[in-house]
Amino acid sequence: MSLRLKGTVFNLTAPLISLLLAGLVSSVIVLALGENPFHIGSVMLSGSLGSLRSLANTLEEATPLIFTGLCFALAMRCGLFNIGGEGQLVVGAFAAAWVGVKVTGLDPVSHVLLCVAIAGMAGAAWAGLAGALRVRFGAHEVITTIMLNYLAFILTNYLVGHPYFKKIGQIPQTEDVHPTAMLPALTFIYKYTRLNLGFVLALVGVLAVFLLLERTRFGFELKAVGINASASKASGISVGRSMVMAMALAGLLAGMAGAERVLGVHKHFVSPFPFGYGFAGIAVALLGRTHPLGVLIAGVFFGALASGGAQVDMETQIPRELVTVIQAIVIIFVACEYLIKRIGIKPKRVVADG
Amino acid sequence: MGEFWGIFGVSLLWATIRKSVPLIFASTGGFFSERAGVINIGLEGMMLFGAFSGAVISVTTHNPWLGVLGAVVAGGLVGYLHAVATVSLRANQIISGVAINMLGVGGTVFLSQVFMGGDRSFSLGPADRLPIWGPFIPLVYLSFLVVGLAFAFSYFTVPGLRMRSVGEHPRAADTQGINVNRTRTAAVVMSGVCAGLGGAYLPLFSGSFAKNMTSGQGFIALAALIFGKWNPVGAMAASLLFGFADALQESLQGRGGLPPQVFQAIPYVLTIVALAGVIGRSIPPAAVGKHYERE
Amino acid sequence: MPRSMQFAKTSLAILKRTEYHTMGLRQNHSSYIVEMEDITKSFPRVTANKGVTLRVRPGEVHALVGENGAGKSTLVNILYGMLKPDEGRVVVGGEVLPTERGYLGLDYGIGMIHQHFMLVGRFTALENVILGAEPKRGLLLDLTAAKRKIERLMEDYGIEVDLDTRIDDLSVGEEQRVEILKVLYRGAGIIVMDEPTAVLTPQETGRLFDTLRRLTDDGRTIIFITHKLEEVMAVADTVTVMREGLVVNSVPAADTDVSGLAEMMVGRKLEAVLERERTPGSEPVFRAEGVSLTSRKGRQLLAGISFTIHRGEIMGICGVDGNGQDELFEVIVGITSPDQGVLEFRGRDIGSMPILDRAEAGIAHIPPNRIKMGLIGPFTMEDNLVLGRHKERQFSGPVFLRREAIHANALRLIDQFGIEPPVPYMSAGLLSGGNQQKVIVARELSRDPDLLIASQPTRGLDIGAANMIRRLLVQHADRGKSVLLISADLSEVMALSDRIGVMYRGRIVGIMDRDDATEESLGLMMAGVGR
Repeated sequence: MSLRLKGTVFNLTAPLISLLLAGLVSSVIVLALGENPFHIGSVMLSGSLGSLRSLANTLEEATPLIFTGLCFALAMRCGLFNIGGEGQLVVGAFAAAWVGVKVTGLDPVSHVLLCVAIAGMAGAAWAGLAGALRVRFGAHEVITTIMLNYLAFILTNYLVGHPYFKKIGQIPQTEDVHPTAMLPALTFIYKYTRLNLGFVLALVGVLAVFLLLERTRFGFELKAVGINASASKASGISVGRSMVMAMALAGLLAGMAGAERVLGVHKHFVSPFPFGYGFAGIAVALLGRTHPLGVLIAGVFFGALASGGAQVDMETQIPRELVTVIQAIVIIFVACEYLIKRIGIKPKRVVADG
Repeated sequence: MGEFWGIFGVSLLWATIRKSVPLIFASTGGFFSERAGVINIGLEGMMLFGAFSGAVISVTTHNPWLGVLGAVVAGGLVGYLHAVATVSLRANQIISGVAINMLGVGGTVFLSQVFMGGDRSFSLGPADRLPIWGPFIPLVYLSFLVVGLAFAFSYFTVPGLRMRSVGEHPRAADTQGINVNRTRTAAVVMSGVCAGLGGAYLPLFSGSFAKNMTSGQGFIALAALIFGKWNPVGAMAASLLFGFADALQESLQGRGGLPPQVFQAIPYVLTIVALAGVIGRSIPPAAVGKHYERE
Repeated sequence: MPRSMQFAKTSLAILKRTEYHTMGLRQNHSSYIVEMEDITKSFPRVTANKGVTLRVRPGEVHALVGENGAGKSTLVNILYGMLKPDEGRVVVGGEVLPTERGYLGLDYGIGMIHQHFMLVGRFTALENVILGAEPKRGLLLDLTAAKRKIERLMEDYGIEVDLDTRIDDLSVGEEQRVEILKVLYRGAGIIVMDEPTAVLTPQETGRLFDTLRRLTDDGRTIIFITHKLEEVMAVADTVTVMREGLVVNSVPAADTDVSGLAEMMVGRKLEAVLERERTPGSEPVFRAEGVSLTSRKGRQLLAGISFTIHRGEIMGICGVDGNGQDELFEVIVGITSPDQGVLEFRGRDIGSMPILDRAEAGIAHIPPNRIKMGLIGPFTMEDNLVLGRHKERQFSGPVFLRREAIHANALRLIDQFGIEPPVPYMSAGLLSGGNQQKVIVARELSRDPDLLIASQPTRGLDIGAANMIRRLLVQHADRGKSVLLISADLSEVMALSDRIGVMYRGRIVGIMDRDDATEESLGLMMAGVGR
């Protein structure tokens, strides 16, 4: 039993060490720019958690990251590198806008659910396509999902320019969605926040992914395939089917992220659509060690970083892109687990394998 | 209809070449890295660092040639980062590439704001840009030269043979006395240098640096490499093809019946098709993506 | 300077010069060219070499013989410098080699041809040969100079291969010739070959032996690892037999024969025959007919395999690893499809049935390598105990797994099979080898299959765990079920089986009742000798 504890300890310490190292590097950068790292740190803290306004901001920034983090994590559990979160989010966002604008006469609950569902399916289809290409043709999903990202941008850019969708004016965007399709803001936390019901959806997503992985037959097979495809195949699991489904579900989550952005924050679709959640989701998933709960925590953490970073940008000379830089540094350190293994925190086996 | 065919003139050719140059550089960079067995999807980030360094140094020293040198150094350094992470520290190559891209996008804007007095983008004065030799700036000629050198290096020299062996069968290379890790590191640094040059072309030609100015060309370059069957000449041809699609789309300006997005989509669709093996199989180096360890 | 040392030094000089001076006839010297003294090497789970001493005379063909796991490959990898020994020293040509820091054998005139070729498929033969010691003209590769030099070598030793063809397009025999040219080009005076004839046809083997003779006539030394005793007698001067990490004996080939070697190789470790309470029925449960499988390069992995398994019978298939057992296993289980042949189970043709269907029909399997094919390491023990069975109604509903049922199943099996430690939530990867195997066996037996295919079921296990697994297999048959036991452990096969077949080079070279089989006769068949 203590071995299981050791495993959990490793899972907790590894990301903390990565964060520590990333924090160190960031502090050096801040110092080099002539600012006091502690001052910056405190500004970040106040900007992310220091008031109800900032807390709401943190959670609002965290919401899409939780979705895209789950997206990458789920695919990763099946051994797949889904770099297509950006594109899957965008098609989901567009689909949500489409249904939100063009469909009328529904009550708020149904309308929102319909929009989210269609958005999810759009993302699922976009990701599932990459999965199918991998299974059928052996086309590596890293490249295909990246290509599909750009195709998603191009496609939605085209559609938004089409008179059927386009709002009159210079900017390529859709009309605002009907009020019945909007995700209500959680104004009880803070009056003018953009934090909306989508955050609750994200929490539901975390729970759903957790249940899927730990409690369902499909999750069992998905994890097995991700760890050891030969043993899975030998025991009768359909490796191809698991992979395609895993990608589709991952895309579903990213599509929902897009829906939240459109229905909860922007209220319409615009091209180019706000960018970066997909890649940040990768950092979130890695930091959270692809575990749903870890993704939630890491997502909130990155949301706090974003919110704090905005505050830093306002109050000091340091630009908000520092946040992106920190995210990237975190990824690099997390990816270099080998370093951590060398420091010897990994639990030792009882006996090495046969 | 004459309006359509009228655009096919010399200016279209020049435009094609101009649009292809960053792709040619970056895909050649990708060639080095991947042929040695290291996946490099961080080309975009390396290009951005090259673009930024080239622009910044050029503006501050008013010497575009120093800017080119700066791009080379910057690209090489980022390449070295990727190499250390993936070869020495055994980080996952794909994740490292993603991180480098993020670092590139965020980092260059960050640095721009910091060093250029709060501006997230800036422009180069006329003295800061490269001179125009004939229809192009010198980097254009350099790009074709680099392709030729890469080809000659890989297929006709000893270090080139070793580089390729390390990407195909590192264990075999190791048993014959070749230092796999050192070879891979060198190749990845080289890829950073090339990508950096590709990035530098953009501000040194257009005269300004802006956030995320490569806008995905690093990925298109990767696509060109794959479509060109992991061969520098093939990658160059694919780059020209993609550049042509881009130039065509621009000069058509929506005329010619097809929406511009169709042309924009060409590189990506072609790459997916190539990977799916529909137009013959595009086979990567056998050991690409895998770490190498002795025992 | 003794001749042998002079020889080694000359080999080194080849790297710098382009000429190789023939050394003339082999030396009849009392001093050795290779001396490995008291070599000990341990890995996490096993001691591969226990104080092994190997002495090789210059210019001889020295065969290193033994079963799988005897420690031969480890020993030669140490010689080549790719592994560092825990103890002992390596002396070549009188010079002590720096084993503490590792080295490249080629730098000391030692060339190695691995069992799995170290060739870059996309390169030509020429490029592979010169890799690492490429001739230059200025900055460029001088392929013409290389070609000339290699063609000289080809002439000198009668080796034929098209240097400009890609390895992917060469036959296996040609690939091996490229490997030989590689070591010759680098001036190796001592050539080590690991199972060189494993992948060759008899004709290609003959050609190889001719080449070996020409090489030793030239003064070079050959060390080769094999389990094929017939070949040893045909070509070796001296034979060293290893078993379980120790040297059993080292004799001149002239002083022994195949049976003697077989006896040394296999040893007398027959265990007490387990009591069998059953008499196997005559009703066939499984039938294979004419099953064949060819590899991509045209090698016969399985050739016309035909046999029957009866109800309540343990059918044992013995043979040295690499003679088609893994392929046979995969074909019956359903991982690979044969090119030809019929597979029948309880009267039904299962040739095109997917794995899951075969499992449902009553075929369970214990794979030959538990970590790679039998378990999901990070999964818990209880999850591994239902791997493959997780879809059964008792273990899952339409969507959700029935965790209580899975847990109860785990507790029951842990108790029944004595799996240690009795913690269902423990990751299977952390268990000892024996307990990992128990998990797999427990899982498969819990299906109560009509046919259980056990491939190398006790490999790498200590005696206690191994015996327990053997008992379980026997008990399964005692209950009227059938077992197909594929094992390289001859004494195990003899102790457990009712009938025994021997696999060699993808064929079943003999099937006999257990009572008619002797260790000697089986050992000979396993080594490719006679009928």
